Amino acid sequence: MFNILFLFVIIPVLTLGALFLTHNIKQVRTVAATGASLLLVSALYLCYAFVTERAANPDAAMLFVDKYMWFEPLNIHLAVGVDGISVLMILLSAIIVFTGTFASWTVQPLTKEYFLWFILLSTGVFGFFISIDLFTMFMFYEVALIPMYLLIGVWGSGNKNYAAMKLTLMLMGGSALLLIGILGIYYHAGETMNILEIVKNGVDPGWQNALFVLTFVGFGVLGAMFPFHTWSPDGHASAPTAVSMLHAGVLMKLGGYGCFRVAIYLMPQAANELGWIFMILTGISVVYGAFAACVKTDLKYINAYSSVSHCGLVLFAILMLNQTAMSGAVLQMLSHGLMTALFFALIGMIYGRTHTRDVREMGGLMQIMPFLSVGYIIAGLASLGLPGLSGFVAEMTIFLGSFESSPIYDAVLGDGNLFRHAFALVTTTSIVITAVYILRVVGKLLFGPVQNEHHRQLDDAHWYERFSTITLMLAIAVIGCFPDLANGILRDSFGPIVEHIMAYAQ
Amino acid sequence: MLMDLSYSIITLLLPMFMFLLLGLFGMKMPKKLAGILGTCAMLVTTVIAYGVAFEYFFNPEYVVDGVRQGQLVYNETWLTLGNNLTVDMGVFIDPIAAMMLIVISTISMMVHLYSLGYMHGEKGFQRYYAFLALFTFSMLGLVVATNIFQMFIFFEMVGVSSYLLIGFYYEKNSAVSASKKAFIVTRFADLGFLIGIMLLAYYCGTFDFKSLMSNPGSIVSSAAGVTFLGCSAASWALALIFIGGAGKSAMFPLHIWLPDAMEGPTPVSALIHAATMVVAGVYLVARMFPMYLFTPEVLDLITATGAITALYAAVVACAQTDIKRVLAFSTISQIAFMFTALGVARPELHEGVGYMASMFHLFTHAMFKGLLFLCAGAIIHMVHSNEMDAMGNLRKYMPITHITFLIACLAIAGIPPFAGFFSKDEILVATYQQSTFWGVWMSAVAGLTAFYMFRLYYRIFWWNKPDYSHHTPHDCEWVMTVPLVILALISCVAGFIPFGHFVTWNGENYDIHMNWTVAGASIAIAVVGIVIATVLYRKENPLPDRIASSMKGLHRAAYRRFYIDEIYMFVTHKIIFGIICRGISWFDHNIVDGFMNLLARVTNGAAYSIRKLQSGQIQMYVWVYYVGALLLAVVACLLLI
Repeated sequence: MFNILFLFVIIPVLTLGALFLTHNIKQVRTVAATGASLLLVSALYLCYAFVTERAANPDAAMLFVDKYMWFEPLNIHLAVGVDGISVLMILLSAIIVFTGTFASWTVQPLTKEYFLWFILLSTGVFGFFISIDLFTMFMFYEVALIPMYLLIGVWGSGNKNYAAMKLTLMLMGGSALLLIGILGIYYHAGETMNILEIVKNGVDPGWQNALFVLTFVGFGVLGAMFPFHTWSPDGHASAPTAVSMLHAGVLMKLGGYGCFRVAIYLMPQAANELGWIFMILTGISVVYGAFAACVKTDLKYINAYSSVSHCGLVLFAILMLNQTAMSGAVLQMLSHGLMTALFFALIGMIYGRTHTRDVREMGGLMQIMPFLSVGYIIAGLASLGLPGLSGFVAEMTIFLGSFESSPIYDAVLGDGNLFRHAFALVTTTSIVITAVYILRVVGKLLFGPVQNEHHRQLDDAHWYERFSTITLMLAIAVIGCFPDLANGILRDSFGPIVEHIMAYAQ
Repeated sequence: MLMDLSYSIITLLLPMFMFLLLGLFGMKMPKKLAGILGTCAMLVTTVIAYGVAFEYFFNPEYVVDGVRQGQLVYNETWLTLGNNLTVDMGVFIDPIAAMMLIVISTISMMVHLYSLGYMHGEKGFQRYYAFLALFTFSMLGLVVATNIFQMFIFFEMVGVSSYLLIGFYYEKNSAVSASKKAFIVTRFADLGFLIGIMLLAYYCGTFDFKSLMSNPGSIVSSAAGVTFLGCSAASWALALIFIGGAGKSAMFPLHIWLPDAMEGPTPVSALIHAATMVVAGVYLVARMFPMYLFTPEVLDLITATGAITALYAAVVACAQTDIKRVLAFSTISQIAFMFTALGVARPELHEGVGYMASMFHLFTHAMFKGLLFLCAGAIIHMVHSNEMDAMGNLRKYMPITHITFLIACLAIAGIPPFAGFFSKDEILVATYQQSTFWGVWMSAVAGLTAFYMFRLYYRIFWWNKPDYSHHTPHDCEWVMTVPLVILALISCVAGFIPFGHFVTWNGENYDIHMNWTVAGASIAIAVVGIVIATVLYRKENPLPDRIASSMKGLHRAAYRRFYIDEIYMFVTHKIIFGIICRGISWFDHNIVDGFMNLLARVTNGAAYSIRKLQSGQIQMYVWVYYVGALLLAVVACLLLI
């Protein structure tokens, strides 16, 4: 039977092929939009199929599993499979690729080339999430990183060469650590790359600590963990709109997903021993990013630091090693992905009109572009955790999860609960700081008197912009109002994973 | 009997639907239609809310063994968390919830109607009605919450609706910063609330009010073993939850947002910042009251906070000149009365009369304070200024407003037979029972209340006559005066409601006994306050200024609200923004990023310096080759030997 997961590689590849054959902008747009829509439809169908399949098959760790031998001497397979976490990530990526396509409707020049790289990037992202073989996972990961350099370097703005170079080098540094880590896992877990088999074999306990640190830091760089986050503000600021969207919305989630799927899941014993060190770092990320965002004046920098804070919360929650916090982490990835994408889309649209991203040079946009402004307020309210929008659900699940009692870290720290509670309290302060920087921007940018009289001539959103932002807002509201929809997909996925991890807690 | 309790859900769904309808499509509707739609929906909501409340209070089915039972009407799982913990959404009707349904729907209805006139012709009229509906929805959701987390969710929603309404005139910088301040201060308090909830969830494993209240003693003692700074975890949790309530209810020192919140349209001040939202904190403590009973130290904290705030706000109110600010500080002071009453309530003292008194005062205060703000709105509507100096002698021009305002002033000052007398008297009785010190303190504040309210009254309606030549003030149109009259009538008769038969801390009937010693004293003190105000402000005279200048320091400090705002400004701007945020930003740019750039520069520099080796000179290469070969040979020899 045909495995539905391959759709997520086949559709982008076919789109790439079709893009090569296009001749003018109109055809490029049609092809890209068709490809993106097909991906979204397949992702939605996957959610449905997954739920049905899960009901029939409640105990399997992964569903839709399939593998093909690829390189026999090293035992490398093209192995695919998904659980609830990857399904939600695929859905998120599909939404972002879809909306990103519409947000970059008017990219000039080299529209065709732009979309080629854009779709290639998304191929990497989807491939990453469906893989359960470390080698193919890593390969898709690299496929997602490289187009970034060109997309920023060619279509970016501002100090784009520096930003593109910095981003690529830092992420490559991370993936170098990752490669060593993956090879280490291969040799110390019975010469296999398949995640399910590695879990069964178990990684040699003597090597776990080293491999855990390598892989966690390797993915942590991508997840913007302090102090490896500085590529992200510069990268976001220089990237074109849709790339910022995809980057903050999906690519940074690769980091969180990888930390969870590879570092913690495969090296549970090391996670129990060393997780607290990273908990300190990610806890710092959360507060640090929020404080830094308070004094920035460039809209993209503000959101980039806000992403550092929110993604820090993802990694922080994963390290709590319990089901509630981990599902909170996945919800936070979903929520952060959607709302940052919305933020960057809107910033791009505002920048396209006013040609500035400095909040000090704008004001009173509410009177001029009400649609975009309302969108911005909704994104802001989602970011500061208003109930009814996605951010609240995610953050509250994380905070409540961090407060659950469990024996995690007791062995190393004595009283693990106290330690986790203390850090949970520190991170909760971020909800106030977030409110400060969000309201500061909203108040300055959208409200108040019109700062620049020339802005009065500007127009409000076009149809493709409305389409893109409304889709995102709708997704944010649906998750916020009906969180158990997403929770339902996640629920059975965490049980075995958490059990597997907790077995090492004592 | 009257109406099934399950209809209560409509009171939530209808405003929410109106919010979505007006929010999404309001701009495409004519203004009038949007306003009338909103008002009609509110009317239906009010009727149903009254029906539900009457059914609950008058149907004997809900009284078992003389105790009125809380009814869980709906409860659906909204969010599943691990470890059997779920967040539910539902409707829970008990005496205080039913009472709040009446308060909220009444005031909201009046404000909806009043705004048809007050906001007439304003830009964003439809948006205004959408936000009013959102607020009503959130507030109703808050009071019928079945669990503490639902309450927190609606607490946040209420905060946002308040933010949107304070910042309604978003083109004005002052409105924008006031809304921002309100949101951030209450958010800060909500952080306390959230941490309190997490502690409770950690020790109790449930959010549900019913299971929390069924056996509060054992829950509190289960968390009593763990102590931090000398107090048990339960005390900390409940104290933190109280902080959340104190933020919303503008208790000292978290009160700073409320006076600024008067930047919103005046009907909004009446609805949100006088009558309904600001009592959410009182309601929260009342809702958790059975648990608070087991932590007397937290109740003492509540009493002290309430008493200090009451005095502070009353003193400040005496020196303000903006009429809405006077009313704002008076609100803070009156809510502080309610907190004090809750703080002194003990079941062993007069069957927990403090609790009943607090709720009674909440009810009556909502009516007369709503009325005061609506009157203030009518006045501001006419004279186009908030300052007392622009007013005077208005009793001749606006007779209906004058009479209704006077009734409200008498009510708040505690003159019988108006509503405020009865509820305030119960509060004083309860306070004297617990501690004479706080009793005397609160009586003094009651006297101050009478003084500053009548100062306000005389300055608006008597004093001298400013120049009204370019526009003569007059009473407003009927949509604005009808709510005034209705609320004034309620303020006249509400005191005679046998409140103890409906709302008590344990659901048992309780007959209010007048304690005439306390009542007589409080009437006397109120009369003294009124007489002083009459002497000073009835006619324009230099006496008030002379008194003010004789106490220059105090008057100035009170006018500047004892510099609390300045202290906040210093902390937020100089310390948090100036030092912490800028410090982190500097660190990020120079240290973290600097290190990465240094790494790049070193790599680059190293590449440049070894580049010279690739010079292209054959002689050089040959020389290096031979030296290398020689060195290798030497090493090989050494190794072989």
